[in-house]
Amino acid sequence: MTKHFNDETFRGDYTYYNSPEAIRRFPFPFDRDSYMYSVNIEQHPGGPAGSPFEYAFDVDEHYVAEMKDRAITLAEDPLRCQSLPHMELAGWDLLELIMEAKARDYPDLFGLHKDGDRWHWINRPLRIDQRFTFLDATTLPYGPMEYITRQAQGDFALLHEREGNLWMDAGMVTSQADWSLDFDVGMNFFEWHAPVPKAKKMGVFDKALKFLLAVQQGQAYRRLNWTMTVNPRLDTSPENYHKWGPEKRTITPQNVGRKQFLRVELQSFWRLPRSNAIVFPIRCYLACLDDLASQPKWGRRLHRVLRDLDPVLVEYKGFAVNRDIIVAHLARYDDGAPTSPGIFPD
Amino acid sequence: MPNTQFSPSIDSRPVYPGLTPHGASPAIMVADAEGAAALRELAARDASVMDRAQVVLAAGGAAGLAEARALQALQPKGVSHEPDLAAALPLLRRLLAEARMGTRLYLAGSEGLIGQVSALALDAGLPADAIESEHRGPIARRMQCVHCKGITEGVTTDPFTCSHCGLTLFVRDHFSRRLGVFQGVCVDAETPGIIPEPQEIRP
Repeated sequence: MTKHFNDETFRGDYTYYNSPEAIRRFPFPFDRDSYMYSVNIEQHPGGPAGSPFEYAFDVDEHYVAEMKDRAITLAEDPLRCQSLPHMELAGWDLLELIMEAKARDYPDLFGLHKDGDRWHWINRPLRIDQRFTFLDATTLPYGPMEYITRQAQGDFALLHEREGNLWMDAGMVTSQADWSLDFDVGMNFFEWHAPVPKAKKMGVFDKALKFLLAVQQGQAYRRLNWTMTVNPRLDTSPENYHKWGPEKRTITPQNVGRKQFLRVELQSFWRLPRSNAIVFPIRCYLACLDDLASQPKWGRRLHRVLRDLDPVLVEYKGFAVNRDIIVAHLARYDDGAPTSPGIFPD
Repeated sequence: MPNTQFSPSIDSRPVYPGLTPHGASPAIMVADAEGAAALRELAARDASVMDRAQVVLAAGGAAGLAEARALQALQPKGVSHEPDLAAALPLLRRLLAEARMGTRLYLAGSEGLIGQVSALALDAGLPADAIESEHRGPIARRMQCVHCKGITEGVTTDPFTCSHCGLTLFVRDHFSRRLGVFQGVCVDAETPGIIPEPQEIRP
């Protein structure tokens, strides 16, 4: 159980760090020595004790710092959180899902007490003690989705189902891999994925949508996605691209091991009970190359995956300018030995 | 000049299949000077489309006057002649707010006009399949700067300068129907000052 929360930043002086325990439990996304898109969906929650897959909403040593970073981003740009008018009920569904999960899985950190529709929520790490009336938005300081996602790591997209499609009609998005909620809110599944190269021709989106539409209440699934980020920055938004973009050109052979981060998204999908909406949490994990390579299997594998990656994906994931330096650095961790199957370290 | 043929692109980029008559349904028709021809051709295929059509022409100058007369001659329910789209917006908001079930919206002209009026219509609750569109005239785009959120109308080059914050933006095909805009993203974010030579946008 997490007791310690790091005092760290995701901007400016970038003091973010992973403890040795956090490195070992990192959700390394490659189960083999090569990568191409796949739908790669598994049931969620469920996984080895202590892994980020064990509980519905993983709370780790970065929790408090991530919530502070989200508050900074929202203060500068409130449009990172949006909910079209018909989505409030889905927001309540999400609030209930997260509060119940956190109170059940981390009882020493969170508490939820219900007396009919009068609820009492305790969040010890963030020092929040809130009594409110469920389904009455006037009893909370924010709308229900914003309220709970200011207390939950990762981005959240709420998807409304109609016309055989899913529409991104609400979300809290402050740790995104370069997409804009403000621009994409209101789009359907194919529209908001439109900029992703290759995947459409491969039929990935048709399959994924079909799968999502079939998700029933009480079921949840997950998949891992990944990209590369220079510096441990959560807010790699298009809105601020002109501010963080120059940092991408600061990678050198000397600093790449500590400054280049693998950014992994633990994405999950949940059908919500009252609204019939789907919530799509996108939890971001960051680890620098040298920390990952402290697990010899991961060092070998990451080298092989990035060395052999399709150039179109290298471009899309935005690390083409640094790929040679990254691969040259990782080569020192790859002795050519075979790697074991699966994502977990040996 | 016929309906413009655009190169195939990504799924969020709108396509404009052309106007198809739906008989004497209640209708709102919006066109600019180039788009007015598409409305005339529509009426030539089925004159009854004009019976219950409120036409809004957003076109200034002599060309606008000539088109207004030509549209009047088709005997729609009414023709409102406005100097440009900005001037027509209050009227369009009201027409859309008062639109009855079954009203068709016919849009003809620039991408900016089609995008902006579609967004208004969707916001007013008109179903997407009640909107018909045909692109006529120059290839100019209505672009939103993803950084400052300001909208620059009539963009014909890539990259272009944001008319609000002054950043140099490249033109994406990613399009928001809710906002009626394409997305513009800083072209020299990673290498400030290194800006590619602007090219004319092609269909």
